[in-house]
Amino acid sequence: MTQPKDFGFGVEEQLLQTEARKFFKKQLDELTLMELVGGNSDPHRDSECLWDEKMWEQMADLGWTTMAVPEAFGGTGMSGVAVASFIEETGRVALPSPLMATVNSSYVLSACGTDEADSVLKEIAGDKTAGLAITNQKGSWCSMDTDVSAVVTEDKATLNGMAWFVQDARKVDLFLVKAESEAGIGLYAVSADAPGVTILPDSIVDLTRDQARVNFEGVAIGADKIVAAPGKGNLALDAAEPAILTMISADMCGAAEWQLQTTVAYAKTRMQFERPIGFFQAVKHPVVNMMIMIDCARSLVFNAACAIDHEPEQAKAAAHMAKAAASDMAAFCSGRSVQYHGGMGFTWECFVHLFFKRQIHNQVLFGDAAYHRAELAEMLIGPLVAGG
Amino acid sequence: MSEKGKKESPEQIEFREYCREWLSKNTPGDPPVRLPQMAIEITTQAEMDYLVPWQKAAWEAGLCGADYPKAYGGGGRTGCQLIANEEMQRVGTPYFPNVIALGMAAPTILHHGSEELKKRFIPKILSCEEIWCQGFSEPDAGSDLASVQTFAERAGDNWVINGQKIWTSLATFSSWMIILCRTDRSVKHKGLTYFIVPIESYIGKGIEVRPLIKITGETGFNEVFLTDLEIPDKYRLDDVGNGWSVAMTTLIHERGAGPMVTPSAGGRRADDAPGNAMDLIDLARQSERNGRPAAEDPVIRDRMIELIIRQKGFRQSIRRVRVKGLVDNPMRIGLQGKLLFTEIAQEVSALALEIEGAASTLFMNDENAPNKGQWPLMYLNSYGMTIAAGTSEVLRNILGERVLGMPKTK
Repeated sequence: MTQPKDFGFGVEEQLLQTEARKFFKKQLDELTLMELVGGNSDPHRDSECLWDEKMWEQMADLGWTTMAVPEAFGGTGMSGVAVASFIEETGRVALPSPLMATVNSSYVLSACGTDEADSVLKEIAGDKTAGLAITNQKGSWCSMDTDVSAVVTEDKATLNGMAWFVQDARKVDLFLVKAESEAGIGLYAVSADAPGVTILPDSIVDLTRDQARVNFEGVAIGADKIVAAPGKGNLALDAAEPAILTMISADMCGAAEWQLQTTVAYAKTRMQFERPIGFFQAVKHPVVNMMIMIDCARSLVFNAACAIDHEPEQAKAAAHMAKAAASDMAAFCSGRSVQYHGGMGFTWECFVHLFFKRQIHNQVLFGDAAYHRAELAEMLIGPLVAGG
Repeated sequence: MSEKGKKESPEQIEFREYCREWLSKNTPGDPPVRLPQMAIEITTQAEMDYLVPWQKAAWEAGLCGADYPKAYGGGGRTGCQLIANEEMQRVGTPYFPNVIALGMAAPTILHHGSEELKKRFIPKILSCEEIWCQGFSEPDAGSDLASVQTFAERAGDNWVINGQKIWTSLATFSSWMIILCRTDRSVKHKGLTYFIVPIESYIGKGIEVRPLIKITGETGFNEVFLTDLEIPDKYRLDDVGNGWSVAMTTLIHERGAGPMVTPSAGGRRADDAPGNAMDLIDLARQSERNGRPAAEDPVIRDRMIELIIRQKGFRQSIRRVRVKGLVDNPMRIGLQGKLLFTEIAQEVSALALEIEGAASTLFMNDENAPNKGQWPLMYLNSYGMTIAAGTSEVLRNILGERVLGMPKTK
């Protein structure tokens, strides 16, 4: 299969992008975001879960929360490039929401290809939200690793153990839990309020997200909730990985573009030595480098999204590239955005820290730049022989 | 190549078929001599003797100058040069030798020249009958191009030019030169006027060309001295005092962002082009450094992949620039092209030296040099690329000012 030259980004995709940009600009300007998530600056504050549920309902009414659910199951079933472009817009406003968690879950469920998974997709289409409980305490992104075990019998499964670094855990209705049994890795759909499920909120740097450990203690689920049988769960996760990496990278591109535009605007107006600081090449050139890195990452995001739609055999490599570029780009742009705001950039009242912290979170989530380069090196160069 | 996506006009579709057909029978054979990496580095008559007939054949067939009006020797087509370029690059034809003329002189004459000049000069540029060079830089006017001092003084219907130009590629082969001169010392940008001047026929009679030796030890560009060179007023492009804006037309085409697509055979496919980061993988598989296989060094692996990713991103940006909705400002990507291409090529060759380890010390004439010493040569040459045609620093100013709207450095 080959990719269309224009990434498959046509009139429909553009319309969605324009509409989303308009919607979020109106609903969530920086001040509104600050009031929503920045009320408590105490570094020892209790873990919070702050988001605008009303806005989420509006998004659901517009069909935006089911965009990764195929139309056959009642979703709006949009292309990868459309979803990436939409998520980019949510990154641009640092939207706190279970969108990414739900989109990621939708991709994993679609990759399962079972009747059980399809019925969960229908639940998402019916405005349920979902999140992935797939990471262990060591922060492994490998589809084979988990600290949750499953005992599977003919008509049910019982889960025990802890999932770590679960994203937007307090915003979602159900979890897709990665658990290991004798027959291998399976995926299990578990209601967030099921007996035996305990959400233990993490205290995190990012103000626009919530994260938690989720403990499963003798959680019993019916066979109809085994969305990927033991031995198949890791395959579904591997198949969905390119989409997961692409979408978080898209979020990062949106956030970085906000950082760029905000920093440029400040550099044009902030006067020192009788000139706007953007006059000085010590500021101007690194700001240009922000733009260059954003454009590189953004092009790789749409390449990966297009590969998901049209050239799935290339999607894995393309997604590693996108996330590696986006993580490095985010680190650079975040640092420069704070630095060039000077003393103001170091304060709580300046908006730049909201995006800075979201990017810190994004940089490591689902693997940092060096991790994805190492993965890509395995693919392109071959395995690294231990010990040399 | 573009079976899907962006719609091609019937003319383009038909022209692409025609190009394929013609190229299937008419590509030149292997060169009798090893060609330099880029056309601006041509230094021998033997190289020219192989390349000039190739450009002429491509022009006669309509592949060189497809979009220029028929009245000026072109094909009179629309949007077809791009097609010809793609098809020539696809089959790996050699580059065209008349690069300065095709990429800079012709579009400048087309936009600013009189009808007489367009008819007189453009056909012979396309056919490669006359080769051109560019007289912009001077010893004291590099990045600050508007400070050129070569002076053109009016003498009745003529102009008398005195001064010195430098870094002049292809001057030893050139019949003509585009030149930026000062005609008024009291103002900077508004004191400039743009001319075309004869070179070959005035050697020893007002023109002197002296080859310069590059950092690599090769020749490839020149100094040109102009002493009381008298030319008629009809060789002036646009108005007196309007030279700066004419020069901008030249420069925007030089940087690949102008309205006219430059005829470009390109030599080889993008993936085979010098400075391709993917080549480093094979190099690393063949190289030992610090006593160990380079391909098993985790730091080398990380840096190779980092460059491969950046190069892929750059190519995807070139793809993205044509997609409405994925670019807010087309200049934003277009103006990054030269900067990124040259900086990535430089980093690729620098990393190649690290991969080669101790063997990277061996230069072209050493029998043990890996790859015949091509990587050290490319690394040295890469600085020509990041300095010429707007240094990376000047290009970052331009991006910051024209795209992001930050205050002008000058």
